Amino acid sequence: MHPAASVIFFTTASGAGYGMLVLLGALAPSGLLPTDRWFGGVALALALGLVTAGLLSSTFHLHHPERAWRAFSQWRSAWLSREGVLACLTYAPAVLFAASWLYFEALSGVWGPITAGMAILTIYSTSMIYASLKTIPRWHHGLVPPVYLIIGLASGAVWLVAVAAGVGEIPGLLLYVALAGIASAAALKLLYWRSVDAAAPSSSPGTATALGHIGTVRQLEAPHTVDNWVMREMGFSIARKHIRKLRRITVVLGFAVPFVVLGGLAAGSLPELPAALLAVVSVSVGVVAERWLFFAEARHVVALYYGRVSV
Amino acid sequence: MTSLPKGTARKLGLVIDLDICVGCHACVVSCKEWNTSGYGAALSDQEPYGDEPTGSWLNRVHTYEVTPSDAPAQIVHFPRSCLHCENAPCVTVCPTGASYKRVEDGIVLVNEDWCIGCGLCAWSCPYGAREMDQRAGVMKKCTLCIDRIYNENLPEIDREPACVRACPTRARHFGDLNDPESSVSRLVQTRGGMDLMPEQGTKPVNKYLPPRAKREPLESFASQRGDSDRNAGSRSAGLLDWLDKALERLG
Amino acid sequence: MTAEHSQPYLDCSPKVSDEIRRTTCYMCACRCGINVHLRDGRVRYIEGNRDHPVNNGVLCAKGSAGIMQHYAPSRLRTPLLRIGERGEGKFEEISWDEALDKAVSWLASVRARNPRKLAFFTGRDQSQALTSWWAQQYGTPNYAAHGGFCSVNMAAAGIYTMGGSFWEFGQPDWERTRMFMIFGVAEDHDSNPIKLGLSRLKARGAKIVGVNPVRTGYNAVADEWVPITPGTDGLFILSMIHELLEAGRVDLDYLLRYTNAGWLVIQDSGAPDNGLFARDANAEPLAADRNNGGVAPAKSVRRNAALQGTFRLPDGRSARPVFELLAGKYSHPAYAPETTAETTGVPAGQTQRLAAELARVAFDEAIVLERPWTDVYGEQHTTMIGRPVSFHAMRGISAHSNGFQTCRALHLLQILLGSVECPGGFRFKPPYPKPVSAHPTPNAEFQPNQPLAGPHLGYPHGPEHLLLNDDGSPLRIDKAFSWENPLSVHGLMHMVISNAYHGDPYSIEVLFMYMANMSWNSTMNTKGVMEMLSAKHDDGSYVIPKIIYSDAYSSEMVAYADLILPDTTYLERHDCISLLDRPISEPDAAADAIRWPVVEPDRDVRGFQSVLLDLGARLGLAGMVTADGSPRYTDYADYIVNHERKPGVGPLAGFRGTDARARGRGEPNSSQLERYIDNGGFWIENIPEEAQFFKHANLAYQEWAVSMGFFDRPHPVTFALYLEPLAKFQRAAEGHGERIPPEHLRERIRETFDPLPKWYAPFEQELLSESGKLGKFPLHAITQRPAAMYHSWGTQNAWLRQIHGRNPLYVPGEVCDAVGLEDGDWAWVISHHGRIKVPVARMNALNAKTLWTWNAIGKRKGAWALTPTAPESTKGFLLNHLIHELLPPRGDGLRWSNSDPITGQGAWYDLRVRIEKAQGEASECEPRFTRQISPVGEGPEEVAYGEEWST
Repeated sequence: MHPAASVIFFTTASGAGYGMLVLLGALAPSGLLPTDRWFGGVALALALGLVTAGLLSSTFHLHHPERAWRAFSQWRSAWLSREGVLACLTYAPAVLFAASWLYFEALSGVWGPITAGMAILTIYSTSMIYASLKTIPRWHHGLVPPVYLIIGLASGAVWLVAVAAGVGEIPGLLLYVALAGIASAAALKLLYWRSVDAAAPSSSPGTATALGHIGTVRQLEAPHTVDNWVMREMGFSIARKHIRKLRRITVVLGFAVPFVVLGGLAAGSLPELPAALLAVVSVSVGVVAERWLFFAEARHVVALYYGRVSV
Repeated sequence: MTSLPKGTARKLGLVIDLDICVGCHACVVSCKEWNTSGYGAALSDQEPYGDEPTGSWLNRVHTYEVTPSDAPAQIVHFPRSCLHCENAPCVTVCPTGASYKRVEDGIVLVNEDWCIGCGLCAWSCPYGAREMDQRAGVMKKCTLCIDRIYNENLPEIDREPACVRACPTRARHFGDLNDPESSVSRLVQTRGGMDLMPEQGTKPVNKYLPPRAKREPLESFASQRGDSDRNAGSRSAGLLDWLDKALERLG
Repeated sequence: MTAEHSQPYLDCSPKVSDEIRRTTCYMCACRCGINVHLRDGRVRYIEGNRDHPVNNGVLCAKGSAGIMQHYAPSRLRTPLLRIGERGEGKFEEISWDEALDKAVSWLASVRARNPRKLAFFTGRDQSQALTSWWAQQYGTPNYAAHGGFCSVNMAAAGIYTMGGSFWEFGQPDWERTRMFMIFGVAEDHDSNPIKLGLSRLKARGAKIVGVNPVRTGYNAVADEWVPITPGTDGLFILSMIHELLEAGRVDLDYLLRYTNAGWLVIQDSGAPDNGLFARDANAEPLAADRNNGGVAPAKSVRRNAALQGTFRLPDGRSARPVFELLAGKYSHPAYAPETTAETTGVPAGQTQRLAAELARVAFDEAIVLERPWTDVYGEQHTTMIGRPVSFHAMRGISAHSNGFQTCRALHLLQILLGSVECPGGFRFKPPYPKPVSAHPTPNAEFQPNQPLAGPHLGYPHGPEHLLLNDDGSPLRIDKAFSWENPLSVHGLMHMVISNAYHGDPYSIEVLFMYMANMSWNSTMNTKGVMEMLSAKHDDGSYVIPKIIYSDAYSSEMVAYADLILPDTTYLERHDCISLLDRPISEPDAAADAIRWPVVEPDRDVRGFQSVLLDLGARLGLAGMVTADGSPRYTDYADYIVNHERKPGVGPLAGFRGTDARARGRGEPNSSQLERYIDNGGFWIENIPEEAQFFKHANLAYQEWAVSMGFFDRPHPVTFALYLEPLAKFQRAAEGHGERIPPEHLRERIRETFDPLPKWYAPFEQELLSESGKLGKFPLHAITQRPAAMYHSWGTQNAWLRQIHGRNPLYVPGEVCDAVGLEDGDWAWVISHHGRIKVPVARMNALNAKTLWTWNAIGKRKGAWALTPTAPESTKGFLLNHLIHELLPPRGDGLRWSNSDPITGQGAWYDLRVRIEKAQGEASECEPRFTRQISPVGEGPEEVAYGEEWST
């Protein structure tokens, strides 16, 4: 699948933003995070900023953004619609939660968890846009939603660590949450890769053309001179060596470096703010690489019509 | 709210005969020609005289080489367009309701005024049947020539999709696949109509008829006569032994 | 999570068009009927005309893309005069008056001094009845159309053998045939009718056999594929004939009735008439009565003729029946399938089986129509016996140096099976069958300011009809009807430029061409031709001094012309598809058709035919001016209606006479074109039922043909198993007669002018073999025309180029593995003449010794209003660069043309090559050419045709 920058930015940024909202909403009311307005203000602003920037970016993907409002209508059947609805609805508890924190200075034990829950559902909806597509076997996979969720949480946690470092002290629990998130994200992603790499294809040129009963099917001549929109959008292909390189970047920058840095912080052996910022930069680059690969590695069954032997 | 209808009164669709398609692209271009000034936005072409000429088309023809394990490779020409699936994933993924399946005839259409051009319906389609028009920014797809098949401004005989009307080998058949007595249903039944990628669960309405098995060889004269006869032959006599007898029979 | 279903209201009956105008397509040579839907004065939609006999309503990809052709940015807009160098593309726009004055000054001067200094050749136009008449009135001996490099072998072999060939001449009885064999076909020749026919065969379960090195298109849907090696079709066919003769499975009754099987051939080695038919004092051919051995005129002996034996002629010499010679020849083990398999690439078992199957279907599944008829010999028949096997072939078997004999072999096979003009077999379309005797002989005697005595092109009966000077040198610039290619009945357009450049046989002053892309895809040796067109003498003058060219589009050839006369598109013009030329008849009906301006030109262009008549009037050509010297015809439409070739017979056969009721023969009718338009752009007249089969010998048909004006007297055809004119050339080559071929051609004529079809190795292969170089060129390379792209007589069509905008070379898997090629690699393809660098694609459904690509996709940079880096000019290529108009040198200092020795047809498909992997990165095909300046600029960056009408 063509890795469109707008969609990659959207899923990574809003993923991190919702991850932050989940942690803030779930942990802050119980006092497990710093409760001061500085931390709350910066963290919530950043989270909602990431979410909003992501959502805006996603509309760049549309040819008719002026009609984007229509996308709220099909929440009963379409995951993209659900995601849009949930994303917008989440603003309401998030704003109330923020108000309780920043204006009333009384962290709401209602709007916080509701915000967290809505954020989880939003990330889940985002992931289901992809996971629901049978046409793309690498997306139509049980681990896609958990990976989206856990990466959102882990990257959100890293961001929160940085915020905490910026405005005061990093609470230990947050560090451990982040470390656990990163470790789980790494584990799930590696599991996912192992699984998709080994998956047996269910569709083939033979089933695509229904000619498999005659013999081996191979495209001799494409229907058009140059790639059409379908092939530009869904026929994207990336060389194996690049996949290996990008997977290494994901593992190193997305998981290993932030884990080591945060571990160092936990051990108290690193200066907090620079280390936390390093972790943010690293995890962001790593997750962008992960998301870019998520698209680039994904093969659409339509490519079977165009000479690809398997997807 | 749109979703798939629970069932459709009719299932209009195409039956495409791979046994006689010679890959001439007549259906491809007649479709383009009709639809560029028909339903919805024009089917635009980018760089039509340039380095990367490409545009929106609703029907494409591939050429495949199929190699049996025990016979020489053969060629199959393969038209590909929207299959108007009963279980059309392109309808249910659409966030705006622009993509819908008509309850009266099962035709899958895009209401272009509602289409935001997100492309998700194309992602959900296994068959590459939807193309985003780069000028109009809306999704284009086969309409089964909905502005032909019911069009009272056309003579009744012409109320069929442009591709069917044009096909010089009559490889394309149009009709109601819900009616077991329709000519298309009978074709599917007698010729073993096939679904594309049934494993995708889309339940396509359009069916493909398989190429017939290449004929079994008939025996040669040599085997009819027996080899000894052939070798013995009467060529040495200088003339053909059968000629006189045959002429006698003529009288 | 279920949801209610809802859907918007939709108007399913939007307006389609304001008006439908019915005319004839011209996107290729098929001539289908089209309905042009107009809206707001522009073309909304083009569809097939359901009533039209050619296409029954269907339309191919090209036809549907007509809109893009008609509105193409490459259309020329105004007359042009060259101001740069030839080939450069620099022109100034001039007015029609200036253009016509200039043309007239050049043409009048040549006509007054030496008319042969004009060479007038037309390409794929369909107005040869007019252009040939114009050239005849002008008086140059140098006129022809493009048949010489197209399919003249097919046409000539058909006419000489049985009075017609395939396509315009005849077609299978699609309704009744049960087994159909199709040999290498040019997609633009009868394409929709063949597709319609194939579908009918499939519907009836008839067997289809494809004989073609490449298994695409029609061969892909065939029940059986014969992976023939190029240039060996003749041997394969003769091998099947061998099998039929061995098994005694030929239609003797049919042969005795309708062929020269029983005619006696003089057996007198060394005599001037050895090998000719024994004739009586009235020149009637003789046959022997097998009941009593008596020799008498064949037409009286007829069914009693002896088919074997040696008979004494009245003059004491001996003679043998044609059939015996034939049977003796093909019974030879040299034709046995086991012997021919290696050469043809067809396994012996397959050849044997196919022959057996043909015989089974022809004889054991014979069909009988209860339809009484009377033959021209007076015999009444109660039934019509049908042999339901049929054949079709076109350029694939024709464009070889053995093509004439191969086409003859195919007709021989048809005739031996008794399947010509019978139910279920091959059926002629009026005015065919038309034997040699009904055709003119060629004319070339010219004088200043005088018309030729007769038409240029015709059918020689023997050496006496060659067009030679007293010294034996050719009269014509293309050497047609000379010893080099005596039966070149369509001329040799592909030799004109080369011969003119070399001054062999002479130089010319004006080259005048129409719709012929000679500096690109319509020529062999493209680069050489480009150089010849722009070659100069030492004094700076061009070797070919003046070039006038008419075309509707900015083609490669435009850049080489001095004066451009811009033509209209096919929707803006009048044309007639005439029974005098290349009609659209059906086996059951005579038909012709018109084109008419369904839209008006928006540019300063004129239909070439009208311009030609204008030029003719300005030159004062007979027939084109009235007694007072004023133009006789206002335009082509006026000519179509009012011209009479002979009293009552004009370009169109329908709606003649003042009451528009006359057909075939009748006075001109001033409202004729309106009647055609009202009738859908065509006219069709059914043949009476009893006249519909056995037309070559059917009394009712022959009388009907005379009544229609095809002939002035009946012209029944006796099918020529044995072709006597060829024997006459053989005798001349042995030194007999008044006209003797030059020494260096004698052996070739003796060898190749066999009166019974023979197979010999293609010349290119033979010459390479002689010089020991064949091993260097082990592979064949051919082109096929894609069904969705005609070569560039239109433009690069915005829609069609999205389907075929570049062309790979398809290479057999085994060759790929041997050379180390993979899909997408680039390779050098090398012939004795040149080398090209091309992208390759692997293919297995292909004869293992054959490479192929799509024809004429490659374009010169700057042509056709495309960007100079368009895929056509970077990843599209021509095989033409590898093919020379001359054969590899033999060391005798002579120029041997790469043509069939009998007809002169260009031997495109004889090409031998090798392939080598190209090293390094490649992104562009070679050879590369400089960019030509486009006189019409480049096309727009986006097209959204019909946007204003979409709903």
